[in-house]
Amino acid sequence: MSLGTVLLGVLADGPAHGYDLKKAHDERFPASKQLAYGQVYATLTRLQRDGLVETFETTQSGGPERTAYAITEVGRVELDRWLGETEDPGPYAADELVRKTITALHVKSDADGFLRRQRAVHLEAMRELTASRAEAEEIGTRVAIDHTLAHLDADLRWLEETRDRVLRTEGSR
Amino acid sequence: MTAATTETPLLSARALHKTYGSNPALRGASLDVYAGEAVAVTGPSGSGKSTLLHCLAGVVTADTGAITYDGRRLDELAPDERTRLRRSQFGLVLQFGQLVPELTAAENIALPLLLERRSRASARAAAEEWLGRLEVGHLADQRPPAMSGGEAQRVAIARALVTSPRIVFADEPTGALDTVTGELALEVLLSATRATGAALVLVTHDNRVAAAAGREVALRDGAVETADVAR
Repeated sequence: MSLGTVLLGVLADGPAHGYDLKKAHDERFPASKQLAYGQVYATLTRLQRDGLVETFETTQSGGPERTAYAITEVGRVELDRWLGETEDPGPYAADELVRKTITALHVKSDADGFLRRQRAVHLEAMRELTASRAEAEEIGTRVAIDHTLAHLDADLRWLEETRDRVLRTEGSR
Repeated sequence: MTAATTETPLLSARALHKTYGSNPALRGASLDVYAGEAVAVTGPSGSGKSTLLHCLAGVVTADTGAITYDGRRLDELAPDERTRLRRSQFGLVLQFGQLVPELTAAENIALPLLLERRSRASARAAAEEWLGRLEVGHLADQRPPAMSGGEAQRVAIARALVTSPRIVFADEPTGALDTVTGELALEVLLSATRATGAALVLVTHDNRVAAAAGREVALRDGAVETADVAR
């Protein structure tokens, strides 16, 4: 239901066209994949079928018909329900980074070198995000970047701890 | 942000060794700092980060090794000459601000200028200007115990920058602050050094702070880790 409720969240600010919804989504969530128009319209069709949005107005000026959508009362209730619900902590254990590190430790390849290079890559990603956050004025954009930064930071701390353990194990051999 | 290799570093340390009792804190650390850049010095606890910073800032003398600042060997200067150079060219920001608790914010900031024999009036004016720039003008007559951690750190940043240093050393400047307050203090430190063109050497164990600098120098066991990080 995630994309649907996210679009409901945009519509809570007022009626909007599919194009505006895509733009607002991409601005609110700069770290996630940009929406395809097809996805937006498919989702709107579903939301309309379920009575969560309704057609606000349809206009035509030269080009194709443009429909603006509005959130319904039922849609607002659904949005509030979603906002009040907690989320399951994500499944992180299957991360490729973790699999690769564990495999490297098993096959005794250069885990230390890998961990060090990976740290540099993570820190560079954090550096770029930190720079774009400094320019972000909207609180939503900042907290979206903060979320990615926090995860990268958690990865980095794990990389450092792992490297410490690897070096200590090698040192005690 | 990485400086071109043809440029001469503003500050250059070579093969620094420093031992406290039988504890080696630095074991051959080398580092270059270029004018106007921001460098984060990172590493696990006990890796020698703070010792390196204190050596670079001329607060502590290394046992062996060379430190060159703007073409002059810092480690070969007479102590009073080094102190003079440090006061006029270097700024220092520490974890807990280290403000003088009996003095007001304005007096704390004016202190380095008074030590340089500037008049009271002009030192006070410069202090007030910096308080205004860092948006804490209202604290001018307050004493540190009455300030929040974030406010005290802004005053400490103002004190470090009031002499227009060419290089600012910061040792865990956000270490005593919560995330959001620390982030604001860091932004103030970065934008103030950027605005004055000062280089910044920042010791931190916090990756998010390190990511705000243009470049990282990672220490381990008292030496800089080789930078063979293919990307």
